[in-house]
Amino acid sequence: MPDILSYPFFQRALLGALIIGFTNGCFSAYVVLKRSALVAGSLSHALLPGIAGGILVAGALTPWSAFLGALIAALLVVLGSLAVARSSRLDQGTSLAVIFTIAFAAGLIMLKYVPVQVKLEDYLFGDILNISTTDLWVTFGIAVVTLGSITALQRPILLTLFEPSVAAAQGVPVRALNYLIMTLLVLVMISSLQAVGCILALGLVVAPGATVFLLTNSTRAMVWGGGLLGALGAAGGMGIAHWGDFRPGAVITVLLGAAFLLAFFFGPRSGFFRRAS
Amino acid sequence: MSPPPPAAHCHHCAHHHQLHVNGLSVAYQKTEALSDISFSTSCGNTVALIGPNGAGKSTLLKAIAGLVPRRSGSIQWRGAKVSQWHREFAYLPQREDVDWSFPVTVRGLVEMGRYSQLGWWRRWRPIDQSQVSQALASMHLEGLEHRQISELSGGQQQRAFIARALAQEAHVLMLDEPFNGLDRPARENLSALLRQQAAAGRLVIASHHDLNTVGELFDEVLLLNRRPIAFGPVAEVFTEKNLALAYA
Repeated sequence: MPDILSYPFFQRALLGALIIGFTNGCFSAYVVLKRSALVAGSLSHALLPGIAGGILVAGALTPWSAFLGALIAALLVVLGSLAVARSSRLDQGTSLAVIFTIAFAAGLIMLKYVPVQVKLEDYLFGDILNISTTDLWVTFGIAVVTLGSITALQRPILLTLFEPSVAAAQGVPVRALNYLIMTLLVLVMISSLQAVGCILALGLVVAPGATVFLLTNSTRAMVWGGGLLGALGAAGGMGIAHWGDFRPGAVITVLLGAAFLLAFFFGPRSGFFRRAS
Repeated sequence: MSPPPPAAHCHHCAHHHQLHVNGLSVAYQKTEALSDISFSTSCGNTVALIGPNGAGKSTLLKAIAGLVPRRSGSIQWRGAKVSQWHREFAYLPQREDVDWSFPVTVRGLVEMGRYSQLGWWRRWRPIDQSQVSQALASMHLEGLEHRQISELSGGQQQRAFIARALAQEAHVLMLDEPFNGLDRPARENLSALLRQQAAAGRLVIASHHDLNTVGELFDEVLLLNRRPIAFGPVAEVFTEKNLALAYA
């Protein structure tokens, strides 16, 4: 057994990375099927001002202040972009891009007034090696809520993703499920903040699902395969980061990116080379 | 209000369940898409909705299926509000409205039809399995079950969605332009299958735009152009005067 595994801080970090990678990976299937990667990208940027605002209002960094701040900021960004798109000639993509950049920049400025000693870099790129036992519990809680919801509601969610209007006619509460999916998205992104930071959070919650999507014809395989890939990427990233003294978040993201490229080029079903030949 | 009892066996349907559409109007924002549509039909029939582009054929199907809200009017099935019977109605979307890249196989698609019987949590039972297999067999989809839905021909795709409706035990099949893009053999094959479903006691309603094939494919026709022009057997409705009114 490599020495590093006997250190409690590294054990916590590895466990956290596995939980975060698995949860984000499972959920990424829905992000891909819902075609919400762009929205997820803007949400990830809204996390920074949200958490900073949460700390300013609550006076301290607690899981609750972080979550509520991030949720409110995420809602403001998404609903704000919708409102702008509907009442102007801009499309939602453009208004999202404008609003989330402004929100992110505002977050950077707010950090100066945050009374907690944090390094900006840790917000942006994650700090998994310093994950505390409390953080670990929060991560675990988010994983249970997320995986529990998508397992219990897999039938209505599947109908909603495939044919929203038909699902609604069959009595599925489509709107409520869409809100639930968005809330879960914010939750899993908050949990990945610790591991990879808000810039790289997008990779964890999109890349695994996108990769498995290229390989399978089954939604269930996409969910659990995404989870497996996310967990492998997170654990493998931790190992390589320790070996080469790199930033874990960056290595995790690069590993997941490599898996995606492999599937894209060499996938047996729809791989680039398979189609070209 | 208690939920309606389960459907009578469609296969031996002696009930002649009636569908009554009365004074139906539908509007998108402020533009009226349909106004004052009324017609009545019963199970065992195949009904075509005919009219020019933008006549509101799809909208009428969606309104009956409950996909779009109506502004006024009523739709009754088996003597009660149609919204009480949503399990008995299956809407089959136009091909352009389907996400063909969705990771679902033919069998997976047909299994979705059982969800309305199973609800969110009930366990998969042997009867569900056999309903799915029966539906696949009656649409001649054996051997294609494990294909992803984009890996089918146009006719097979329509049959896969009909199989889902059968798995749902739907009594009314509503199809949006099912013959679109099918070549002659595929069209005749699909038409024969739809007639079989009508003969088994189901009601088949489909929008259609090819005037030349209406007679061979359907029993009854509703000619419309945002408002109703004529309704009845194909031979009676397709008069020069009516067609001129609809396509003017």
